This record gives sequence, C-alpha cells and structure tokens, in this order.
Amino acid sequence: MTAILETRGLTKVFGGVVAVKDVSFQLHKGELLALIGPNGAGKSTCFNMLMGQLPVTSGDVYLEGERITGLTPRQIWRKGVGRTFQITATYASMTVIENVQMALMSHHGEILRFLPFATRMHRDEALALLDMVGMANQAERHSAVLAYGDLKRMELAIALAHTPKLLLMDEPTAGMAPKERVALMQLTADIVRDRGVSVLFTEHDMDVVFAHSHRIMVLNRGELIAEGNAEQIRNNPMVQDVYLGGGTVFASEGAQ
Amino acid sequence: MEFFVAQILTGLANASSLFLVACGLSLIFGVTRIVNFAHGSLYMLGAYIGYSLMQVLPGMIGFWGAILLAGVIVGVIGVAIEMLVLRPVYRAPELFQLVATFGVILVIQDLALIIWGPEDLLGPRAPGLRGVVRIMGEPIPKYDIALLVITPLVAVALWYLITRTRVGVLVRAATQDREMVGALGVNQAWLFTGVFALGSALAGLGGALQLPKGGADLMMDFNILPPLFVVVVVGGMGSLPGAYLAAIIISVLNVFGVAYMPQSTLVLMFVVMIVVLMIRPYGLFGREEVAGEHGQAGEPERPIKPASDKIRLLVTAGIVILALLPLYGSSFAQVLTTDILIFCLFAASLHFLLGLGGMVSFGHAAYYGGGAYVAALLVTHAGSPMELAFILAPLGAGLAALVIGWVCLRLTGVYFAMLTLAFAQLLWSLVFQWGTVTGGDDGLINIWPAEWLKDTTIYFYFALFFAVGGILVMRHVAHSPFGYALRAARDSERQAEATGINTKQVQLLAFGFAGMMGGLAGALFVFSKGSVFPNELEIARSFDALIVVFLGGVKTLSGGVVGAGVFKAIEDVLTRFEYWRLIMGLLIIFVVILAPDGIVGSLRKAARRVGGLKAGGEE
Amino acid sequence: MKRSTFLKAMIATATLAAMPVCAVAQDTIKIGEINHYKRMAAFAGPYKQGIELAIDEVNAAGGVLGKPLEFIFRDDQGEPGEAIKIAEELMTREGAVMLTGTILSNVGLAISSFAGEKGYVYLASEPLADSLVWGAGNKYTFRLRASTYMQAAMLAEAAANTDAKTFATIAPNYAYGKDAVAAFKENLLRLKPDVEFVAEQWPGVFKIDAGAEVQALERAKPDAIYNVTFGPDLAKLVRQGTDRGLFEGRQVFGLLSGEPEYIDPLGDEAPEGWIVTGYPWYDLQDGPGGDFVAAYQARWDDYPRVGSLVGYMTVQSIAAALTKAGSTESDAIQAAFEDLQVATPLGGITFRSIDNQSTAGAYVGTTALRDGKGVMVDWAYKDGADYLPSDEEVSKLRPAD
Repeated sequence: MTAILETRGLTKVFGGVVAVKDVSFQLHKGELLALIGPNGAGKSTCFNMLMGQLPVTSGDVYLEGERITGLTPRQIWRKGVGRTFQITATYASMTVIENVQMALMSHHGEILRFLPFATRMHRDEALALLDMVGMANQAERHSAVLAYGDLKRMELAIALAHTPKLLLMDEPTAGMAPKERVALMQLTADIVRDRGVSVLFTEHDMDVVFAHSHRIMVLNRGELIAEGNAEQIRNNPMVQDVYLGGGTVFASEGAQ
Repeated sequence: MEFFVAQILTGLANASSLFLVACGLSLIFGVTRIVNFAHGSLYMLGAYIGYSLMQVLPGMIGFWGAILLAGVIVGVIGVAIEMLVLRPVYRAPELFQLVATFGVILVIQDLALIIWGPEDLLGPRAPGLRGVVRIMGEPIPKYDIALLVITPLVAVALWYLITRTRVGVLVRAATQDREMVGALGVNQAWLFTGVFALGSALAGLGGALQLPKGGADLMMDFNILPPLFVVVVVGGMGSLPGAYLAAIIISVLNVFGVAYMPQSTLVLMFVVMIVVLMIRPYGLFGREEVAGEHGQAGEPERPIKPASDKIRLLVTAGIVILALLPLYGSSFAQVLTTDILIFCLFAASLHFLLGLGGMVSFGHAAYYGGGAYVAALLVTHAGSPMELAFILAPLGAGLAALVIGWVCLRLTGVYFAMLTLAFAQLLWSLVFQWGTVTGGDDGLINIWPAEWLKDTTIYFYFALFFAVGGILVMRHVAHSPFGYALRAARDSERQAEATGINTKQVQLLAFGFAGMMGGLAGALFVFSKGSVFPNELEIARSFDALIVVFLGGVKTLSGGVVGAGVFKAIEDVLTRFEYWRLIMGLLIIFVVILAPDGIVGSLRKAARRVGGLKAGGEE
Repeated sequence: MKRSTFLKAMIATATLAAMPVCAVAQDTIKIGEINHYKRMAAFAGPYKQGIELAIDEVNAAGGVLGKPLEFIFRDDQGEPGEAIKIAEELMTREGAVMLTGTILSNVGLAISSFAGEKGYVYLASEPLADSLVWGAGNKYTFRLRASTYMQAAMLAEAAANTDAKTFATIAPNYAYGKDAVAAFKENLLRLKPDVEFVAEQWPGVFKIDAGAEVQALERAKPDAIYNVTFGPDLAKLVRQGTDRGLFEGRQVFGLLSGEPEYIDPLGDEAPEGWIVTGYPWYDLQDGPGGDFVAAYQARWDDYPRVGSLVGYMTVQSIAAALTKAGSTESDAIQAAFEDLQVATPLGGITFRSIDNQSTAGAYVGTTALRDGKGVMVDWAYKDGADYLPSDEEVSKLRPAD
C-alpha cells in the first residue's frame, strides 16, 4: 500500500548550515504521526518544505506516490493537503464562518467571481465544518475577538474545508491551556478516525504527543534519530539524551 | 578629463544638501516608521530661518552660526510637530501619520508666506567664499569646495553618533525592532521625539546650507520631495550610508544628464529608482521589510455585510435627493456636485485598493490622469467620438494599472508605495515632456462631450450615473468572492496561499480594477472640464485622494466616498478665504488627532460606545 | 487638557485667518477674475493692486454704462480644473459678465477652451502661450499681454544686430520654454540665416541644477546665450554663471529677465549687460506711462511691477470694451473687443480682430546696476504690432471660428 506522504532524503541547507539532513519517512492512511524534537531541531523547516513554502536543497516529497517536490503551497493544497500554522493565520477582518467560507470558495474555484455575495456562498457546508470543530455557535462572531483556543479550532475548520486526505499541523496546541490542548487533540483524533484523514503534526508538549499520536518521530539537529510508538520513544536512550532534563517530562508522563 | 572631474565635483557638491535632508528623512522613517511628507517643509523653513538669521548675524561667524542655528531652530520645530501632531496618532493605522504630515505642509506653507512674504529670497553669499578656485583649469566655486568638505564631516559625525554612542545603539535597535526597545525599558516616546528632532535639524541644516547656491522660495518644499524620496528609497529606507551613496549617485548622474541628455533630467531619477528597486527591492542598503500587513496595522477592521434593507433605503433616498438636484439647485450647484462625484469615484477607487487590498498606492493619479489623457488623446489625435473615448479611457487606465501593478507587486509596504509613486512620476514626466503628442504642460484642450451631453444638467446626470454606479459596483465587488479573497490576501497572505488563493493574481486584478475605476473618474473629469493638463497626474493629485481616504477611514467601506465628499465640499468653501491652506492644514491635523479611525470609523466607534449601533455593521 | 488648549488655539487661528472679504451687494457690473493668488503670490499681488487702482479710477469717473465696475477675485490654486469650476460659478451664480485673469498658461488655456465652448468672453491678461490666440484660439478669448512669440522676436531682432554667430539656449523644460526658444530661433534665423545654435539646455522648471547647466553651456563655447529661465532658476543660474565666468565676453539675451518681478530679487547680483525684455518703471516720468507709475506709487506706497501694469490695463481694456458694447451681453462684449482700441500706459493698443491678440508691446533694454539694484538702461519700447507674423501666417495658425 502506498503511503499518503513519503519523504526521501529531504535536506535543507541554509548558507552552509544543514538545518534538515536526509530525512526519510512515511505516513500511512489514518495515521496520526507526531514529529518532535528540541527547539531548532528543524521541525518547522521540515514542515515548510512539505508545504512548498521553502524550496528543498535535495530530496523529494511524495503524496500518494506522486512527487510534489517544488510545487507551490497552492498546488499542494489543491492536491488535498491542509495545514494549520504555529502562529495562527486567519482573516482577522472576517467573521468565523466567513473564514471557513473563504476556503470553501477557493476549493470550489470561485475566487474570481464578482457577482454573488460571498456571505451566501456555501454557508451550510461551512456551518457543518464549524459544527465538527465545535464552533457552530460562534459562527457569526468577529474572528478577531475569539479566544485563542477557538481561533485554533477555526483554523482547523479552514484546513478541513477541502476535505483533505492529509493534514499538516504545526504546533497545533502551542500557547494553549492544558485543558484546551487535550480537547483540541481529542478533536483531531476524532477527525482522523471519522474522516480517514492522515495527520502529521509537530509538538512541544509531550503529554499531547504521548497521549494522542499513533507513532512518533524524533528530530535532532536536522536528523531523524528515533521512530516508534510512545513506549519505544520513552525508553529510547538517544531520545532521553537529547531531551536534557527531559527526564522530568517523561517522569511526569510515567506517573500518569 | 578636466570637464569630467569638474562635473563630478559639481555633482558631489549638489549631493550635499540632498544628503542632509534625505538622511534626516531616512532616520525618521527608520525609527518611527513615519513617512514624513513635511520634511520638504522643514527644509524650506531651514532656508528661510537661515536667511533671516544671516541678515542679523554679521561676518563669517555669523554666517556659519546662522546655518547651525537654523538647524537647531528647525529641530525645535520638529519637536513641536512630533509632540503636538504625531504623538497622538502613533497608534493609528500604519501610514496614517503621513496625512498628519500633509496637514503640517499646508500650515507651514501659509505661515512661511505670512512671515517671509511671497517674493523669492536670494541667498546671501558665504563671507570669504565668493568666487572660484581653478581645479585642473576648470572653475569650481569656493562654496562648492566648502560643501565637499562639510558633507563628509556631517556624515562621519552622524556615523559616530549612531555607531559609537548609547543613543545611537538605541536608535539602531529601534530601527530593527521597535518592540524590543520598548522592552528594554527605554522611553519610546522620547526616543521618537529625539529622532524626529535630529531628522528635522538635518533638514533645516540642509536648507540653510544651500542658501549661497540658491535661496529661499515658497516652492522649495514640494520641489525637493521627489529627489528626496528617490534618494531615501534608492539608498534603502532607514539606512544612512545608503542615503549618502544614493544622494551622490543621483546628483552626479543628474549632472551628466544635464550635459549629455539635457531633455532627460525630469525622468532620469525615476528611471534610476525603478531600476534599483527591480534589482534590489529594498534599496541599496535597505533591509527586507517585515512582511507586515500594511495599511492594516492596529485593530483589525470590522466584518462587512451586504447592506440591510434599511441601509439600501437610505442610500436610495440619498441618490434620489441627489438626482433631484436640478430641481432645487443652481446650475453651479450641479457643476460643483459633478466635481464632487468625480472626486468621490476617484477616492473610492483608491480606497478599494488601499482599504480592501491593503495596497498603499502613492501614485493613484496615474490612472485618474491616465484615463483623462486616454480620452483626450483619442479625441485629439484619432478624432474619435466622445462616447467611444469615454468607454476606452477606463480600459486604457486599467491596462496601465495592470502593467504597473505587475511590476510593483513584487514589493510590499512602503517600497510598494514608493514604486507606485515612481511610476506615476514617470508617466507625468512622459506626458509633460512629449509635447508634440500630449501638448506638454499646455495640455489638451477642447475635449468637450458629445452634443447630446453638452447641457450642464444632462452631464450632471451622466456623471451621477457613472460615479454612483462605479461606487456601487466597487461596493458590490467588495462583497463578492473576489472582494473577500482580496481581503483575505491582505489579512493573511500565508493562510490565503495555503488555501489555494493566488494572492498575487488577486491583488493584480484588484490593482487593474481600481485603476480602471480611477480612469473612469478621469474620463468623467476631462469631459466635464473640456481640457486636461499634467496636473492631473501629479503627486499632489495622488495625495488628494490618499488624504481623503485616510481621513474618511481606511477600515470602513464608505470611508473613501465620505472623506472625498466632505473634504471636497469643505475645500470649495475654504478656498474662498485668503489663508485657506492654514485652515485646511489645521483641519486635517484636527481630524487626524480627534478621529484616528477616520471620519466614518470614528463616528461608528462613537455610536457603538453610545450603544446604538451594536448590530449595525457597515454603513 | 492639552487637547482643549490646542483646540482653542486652533479656533482662534482659524477665525483670524478666515476673515472674509465681504462684498457689499449693489447694482454693479461684475467681472470674474480668476488667478493663482496663493501659488504665484509674488506676481498676482501687484497684478491685483493694478486692477484695484484702475477700478478706483474708472468708478471715480462714473463707472461704465452708468454702473460701478466690480471685480470678483477668486483663487484657483493654479489648478485648471478648479479654474473651470470657478469660472462656471462666476458666470452662472455670481452674475459676472465676463472672465479675466490667470498667469499660468495652462490655466489660461483651460479657461479659454471653456469660454469658447460656453460662449463667455475671456480676456487672458497675463498668460503668454502663443497657442492661446493661435493654435488653440477661439472667438471669445482675447489676450492682452505681449506673447512669448512677440517678446522672443524682439530679442531676436536685438540679437541679429550683434556679431554673435553661435548661440546656446537655456530654457525651462516646459511649453513656455520650448515656445520661447522656437520663436527666438525662427526669428533670428530669418533675420540672420548664418547663425548657429550650438547647445540647448532644458532644466526642469524650478528644478535647475545651475552648476551643471553652467558647465554644459560653457562646454559649448557659444558667442551668445539666450536665457528663458526665471524666478529661483534665474537667480541660481546668474550666481553660478557669474562665479564660473560663463557670462564673461558673452552677450546674453534674457526673456523677461528685466521685469522687476525677476530682476529685483537678484539685488546687487543682477547681471550687467544682458539684453532683456522688461519694465523700466523707474525711468518713466512723463506721458501715460509716467502717470501710471506716479498714481500707482501714490495709491500703494510701492512701485509697479509688470503685473501691476497688466492688471491696470486689464481693467482699462474691459471698461473700454463694455462702453463700446453698450451692453453686458457676451456677444456684444465679444464684438466690442474686436478691433478695440484702448489708451494705456504703454500707449494706444488694439485688439486685432484677426487673432484677438492685443498689440501691447514690451520694453527692451540692457541691464545695469544702479544703487545696488538691477535696472534696464538704453531701453526702448517696442510696439507689439511690429513683432507679429504676417496676417497670412496668422490665419493659417488659427483654427476657423
């Protein structure tokens, strides 16, 4: 069976500094795969290459066996990849539902239409998406006044608008309260289960990682150093070594 | 060879004042992010004050003392401007402050006229520096030599101040990261004031220093602006070495242009600027702008909604009242209203670009004047009927906008704005220069409407139909998927691109569309006036629209139209008074300070505060 | 608190600045006068004073057609579009019977086109553009002052009488400058076909880079220089040129350079020995010219500029036209202006029916320094009628009415 997402020897060099080195992995259908690593390990660089926001130095990215290296973010999105951002990127001047409608209009190829009222486009579809992320009751609110957690959920709804087969989430729970984190990841897990979406996400919070991911990859200094399920990662000496003082993180996890 | 050397020396001496003024502007922009249009006025004040001081202070010491003192006094004036006018609006949307500085220009123009009178003042000679020295046989004025020495000295002093002192460290830090300086516990307000004072003093110094080469006159303020902005942009905004190098490049090139291509002097600068920005988008020494959402800093705009039935009724009523004007208004009232309608359409087209698209164009007159010229050229040279020319004018302007937009959209923020300005100036120079086709500054005349439209009242309806129609079309487009995509590209280019929206394409189309609407306004204008002149392509015309859009409220749908209507009507009244520029300037400053969200934005806020308009939304 | 103080200060200033000139409503004959009072204050001020002096005189003598004459002064900011709007207002709302004014040629052309379209009479007082009465002329537009062509032709005549063989020109890079150079060339080459033009410099108007221009002129080594720059450009050119010895051993011809508006700001640095057109009011004691100077000085405690003279003659011409027309109807006034003869401080002038241009001339003389001020010496008044192309040529230039 072909992997949903596969990278082969992905490498990025910034002016002599190797940020990502020879990263190869596969993501399977219905999988929730976490990419972790300390600050500066190259997670965001990896992500940006997957999404086409950063050209690769060498290596390739495949989506369901099709090579997508060098495509623009727009083209990659059209191929059925959604994403959320570490620092939320939303349309601050619009309401919640309009944010989602915008993505839907783009999906339906209606950006260059001048006649219809945008607010009336795909309302039901947008509401359904918002309902899925639990934001239906806030659909008409101005997105700029949302609480941070709600903003993240709205972003998720945007990313799901074109029913992607793959969702890339960069630090989805960064800056959220612990309770919100659990809720958001639970939501993500539900979506993976219900809609058969595959998810690759990066994450700082080990609680989140261990609790929700099916599989974990550890990146350090641009290289993949470990891969496996929560148990395997927790017990990997190299990983423990990388996370200096990380013992406390794992200890607390162990106490759960 | 001798000639060559003499020319280089002349160029270097010319660079002197330009550098001083430009590095002041660059410094102010680098730290405060204010595009200070009043910088030319400070330069003019430096010249006038220096002149007055030189009348009083005797001898060599008096002369040089007067120059220094002029710098100091203009610095103090700068402090007053910063504290009274700019400080209250630092929190306003980005570039909003430039409207305040435009108010300052008007005030200073009239004050200078009141104080120094209308006649040009010939600058006094520098004592002991009359005459020339011969270098390789070529005569070089002694004062040029003095300038050749002074400029590097000032440059080095500035360099020392910026790189070797604590103040300098703060200034540099602020140029790179304003929040960080605030976080370091430095009083940002006073840092801004200090930098504004220094920048102003440099402008004053530049003005006083050029006295022996020229003098003081009331047109200095606007005349220095184009080369000033070219130097600052080419050098890289915020960069002092850049300003120095660019001042020299521009001045020396100009000297050679005068010698070898005497007709070229008007365009040369702008060509240089466009070429430099194409190769180095942030100028020679500039750093990349943080990809901010320009024109949309601060509090985000409120969501928009299609007009409710109540609003529709109100707007319809308003249009009906306008349409009935010929029943109760004089023929002149119709002419005045036609003028206002045309200006409203023009402003609305800029607002579409600036408000919805977040693209600040400093050169929107290119499309307004462009449309007018397309129509006039067709009538004059092709003998085309008025109706055809009227239809082709907006298309021509839109096409020009697509081409210019395609180039400009490679840049963002202030650099984008400056490039649009450069193109507008280029177009202006072309029209101004190409006399055989465009009539030069004597313009194209006898461009009257077709026989059936000649009557004032009928033309009024014609203008009403197209102006209101154009505004409503733009309003509708704002509510369409395209308008939403345009706002999406402005609000978050990252998200828009990541969800499949080709933001550059959307912005380019919007640019073309806004240009087309500007061209429509221009076409209405030319047939209402019967003639067109390069004035309609000037920087001043672009600013007219820019100012009313900001004053009306960038972050509202109706801001452009309301601002244009209000200010055009006020202008009609004010220009009847002698010192109307003073009043207008104060009025602009007043609105800027009291209503930093613009007229519509502030009214809406006030209404919301009162509690009446909770669910009202737009208009 | 700060804001309210600021507010008060602003209101106070605004009130002070906003003192309107209230016109007393009475039955008068109104003339709409549109000018760039702010943008060209140094020129429009004396012009307005000349008008006011003449109005006083006309009204003291009983006005015209039994009514006092009144001018409505309006500022167009130097914007053609604005001028059209004001023209419309003056004619349709203020009850003006005809239009006059403007200094800038482009505004003059705009009003002229408007006047032709609407059938209003427009007396272009100061704008110099040749096309105003020729290429773009129309039935309703008349011009008072000696045009660019006429004044350039006067200097060309003077230039033809010198030994100079090679000429360099320097003129502001816009229509006036181009017209002035073209007319000078045309007339000089006609009078003296063997002269050669070795350099043409075109600085942007009010944007001159004088040092560079002087170097470029010097490089061409001409026998003589024809200068069209004025205002701050002229001051810079003269200073740089003097410093760098450009004018040594060279005859310079300066269009308008002898007008008080342009030569006075130069003070004791005014160039000597230039042959210029201008206005030597200081030497005018007798005759109508002298009377005007005396009356002007008595009324304003200031000396007249060219603008003052033009303003004065504007009122004289309009009063004469109205009297001749015996009516305030546009077509009657228009007809009256055709071949209208007016006695002015310059002597008798005629508005030619062939092209609506008046035959007012200009003074040509040589500059010199007197009491630390630039003046014209050895001057002579040149009648404008002698410096216009033949009637045949004029008819070709002018579109059919």
